[in-house]
Amino acid sequence: MHNFLFCPVLALEPNKLLCYATFNKNIFLPSHFDERSEKKSHKTEKAKKIINMVSNIKRLKKKGLYNFSIVLFFVMLFLTSASLYLAAAKIDYVWRWNRVLKYFAYNNTVEIKTETDGTAVIVSNDKGWNIEITKNSEQNIYFVPKKAKLNILDGEYVYKEGIIGSYSELKAGILASGLWLTIKSSAIATIFGIIIGLICGIARLSSNPFFKWSAITYVEIIRGSPLLVQIFIWYFVFGSILDAIFASHDFTRIEPIWYGIAALAFFTGAYVGEIVRAGIQSINKGQAEAARSLGMSGYQCMRYIILPQALKRILPPLAGQFINLIKDSSLLGIIAIRELTKATREVISTSLQPFELWFMCAIMYLVLTFSLSMALQFLEKRSLIK
Amino acid sequence: MIEIKNIYKTFHTPHEVQALVDVSCKIEAGEVVVVIGPSGSGKSTFLRCINRLETANYGEILIEGIDIFSRKTNMNKIRAKVGMVFQSFNLFPHKTVYENVMLTQLEVLKRSKAKADKKTVYLLKKVGITDKAKAYPAQLSGGQQQRVAIARAIAMDPKVMLFDEPTSALDPEMISEVLNVMKALAKEGMTMVVVTHEMGFAKEVADRVIFMDYGRIVEEGTPEHFFKNPTHQRTKLFLDQILS
Ligand SMILES: Nc1ncnc2c1ncn2[C@@H]1O[C@H](COP(=O)(O)OP(=O)(O)O)[C@@H](O)[C@H]1O
Ligand SMILES: [Mg+2]
Repeated sequence: MHNFLFCPVLALEPNKLLCYATFNKNIFLPSHFDERSEKKSHKTEKAKKIINMVSNIKRLKKKGLYNFSIVLFFVMLFLTSASLYLAAAKIDYVWRWNRVLKYFAYNNTVEIKTETDGTAVIVSNDKGWNIEITKNSEQNIYFVPKKAKLNILDGEYVYKEGIIGSYSELKAGILASGLWLTIKSSAIATIFGIIIGLICGIARLSSNPFFKWSAITYVEIIRGSPLLVQIFIWYFVFGSILDAIFASHDFTRIEPIWYGIAALAFFTGAYVGEIVRAGIQSINKGQAEAARSLGMSGYQCMRYIILPQALKRILPPLAGQFINLIKDSSLLGIIAIRELTKATREVISTSLQPFELWFMCAIMYLVLTFSLSMALQFLEKRSLIK
Repeated sequence: MIEIKNIYKTFHTPHEVQALVDVSCKIEAGEVVVVIGPSGSGKSTFLRCINRLETANYGEILIEGIDIFSRKTNMNKIRAKVGMVFQSFNLFPHKTVYENVMLTQLEVLKRSKAKADKKTVYLLKKVGITDKAKAYPAQLSGGQQQRVAIARAIAMDPKVMLFDEPTSALDPEMISEVLNVMKALAKEGMTMVVVTHEMGFAKEVADRVIFMDYGRIVEEGTPEHFFKNPTHQRTKLFLDQILS
């Protein structure tokens, strides 16, 4: 809003001020946009022009200052990085960015060895070769894929533990699998978080005390305690109980990651629930009345009328919540889940390159959160057009 | 067809208001009843009780002999038979005009798509919205929106239509287009209860006029009776105010 406070043109013309305000509102509350789209769209055009005009005027007026500020920004960036570098050099830190790469992916050599000795017969097919090793009418067959290099000739005698073929393949490093685990656990927790949040938000608005009070209790408990503690409770309390029960019934125990995902999902669900509740409450009461007066049931009204409108409106706060979820998943490391942060720590303890790796770790979270917010913005824009 | 017996409605929030006090009346099939009265006299509450958007504290409403306040009554079935048109249109903004009219036919009445489509096209033509079927409500004028709302209500084949000040939110030049649709509906024999300040409409199509004040029915009679020689002082005052 500071723009129009400093701008005499807008302050003098209330009509334009209104346009500006409308435009601003549409940026931040895009859901209102489509409701009056046609009427307002030319207004927004106008508002855009005015804003361009304003910034142009400002730029003209204080051109020197404007350019100076830009330069200042880049100088600041440069100085910060440079001082970090110099400080690191001061403590004799040697940057080795090239070492980071192998923790993402590395070349792994696979060797195919024989278990017995004998004479080899090579039978080739379109997938590779079948090597038949025969000794005293005892036959073992080994498969060597086409991408491998064959080490023996047909009819050659091979010894036990001999390498008959080898190839190298690219394998995911510990950082890559940590990243994947972070993505996986965040994605699953997001899906369950949405489901729990929807149910919670609707229950919160129910007139039935059972649903209403359950939802309130759940939300207050979750929001009132630290996520770290909740993860411990899921893992060490619920986990121990379930493990004991499962062990006595000969079931396999649940992997720790599922307790972590549960903690994240229930944590996010409470916040999503509050967002959903606010979204539903923001829909005009007349909508529900119209729907009910046409004979729709409560469920139909929610499903076809209220939720579609509310969901459009709550997309931006939901995006923020899911970005938090990705970042909060870094806590899962404490219950032995090797997600991105824990993976980074482990790599550091072997590579001894903490500076590069922590920066790398932060950048990867940034890429994840940034692409999520981009994707949601795209969704939002698309629903605007519609 | 609709029998309203001694209903009372009191609101307790924000403070106690007796919105309806001992209201009784009968509405016959095919009748057009216009309800008039000053603001806050309980007209909307009266209409909303008829399709149970409000529940009366006391009294009975029978629609074709079915007690609508009874617990055994399936309210959604009753509501589908009682159409309602609101002052603020209340079209569904995320659905096109066509979808607005289609939706409840498909979901509530479980009509086949072909049948619902035929009905929708017919009704939109009837209320004069043919070229805007694909538009969203926000792209329509108030008068057009209200006509779509009427089409949406009629699509359910209601036995009775309730109108709550359907033209009050409209710019003057759009009022007649909505009233014309309502007049056409009345001519076809639709049972209608209309809350309105449009006295011209009352004179032209009403079979009966009800005057409400302070939650009570003060006077009831034909339009001629009302506009020539109303009995009660309150009615006279109100009509003077509104006609001047
Ligand atoms: N939902 C409600 N909660 C509280 N009071 C209400 C509510 N609806 C209506 N009222 C009150 O009931 C009285 C009658 O209202 P209403 O039926 O809307 O009158 P009218 O439609 O004739 O203007 C008014 O005093 C109004 O304030
Ligand atoms: Mg009213």
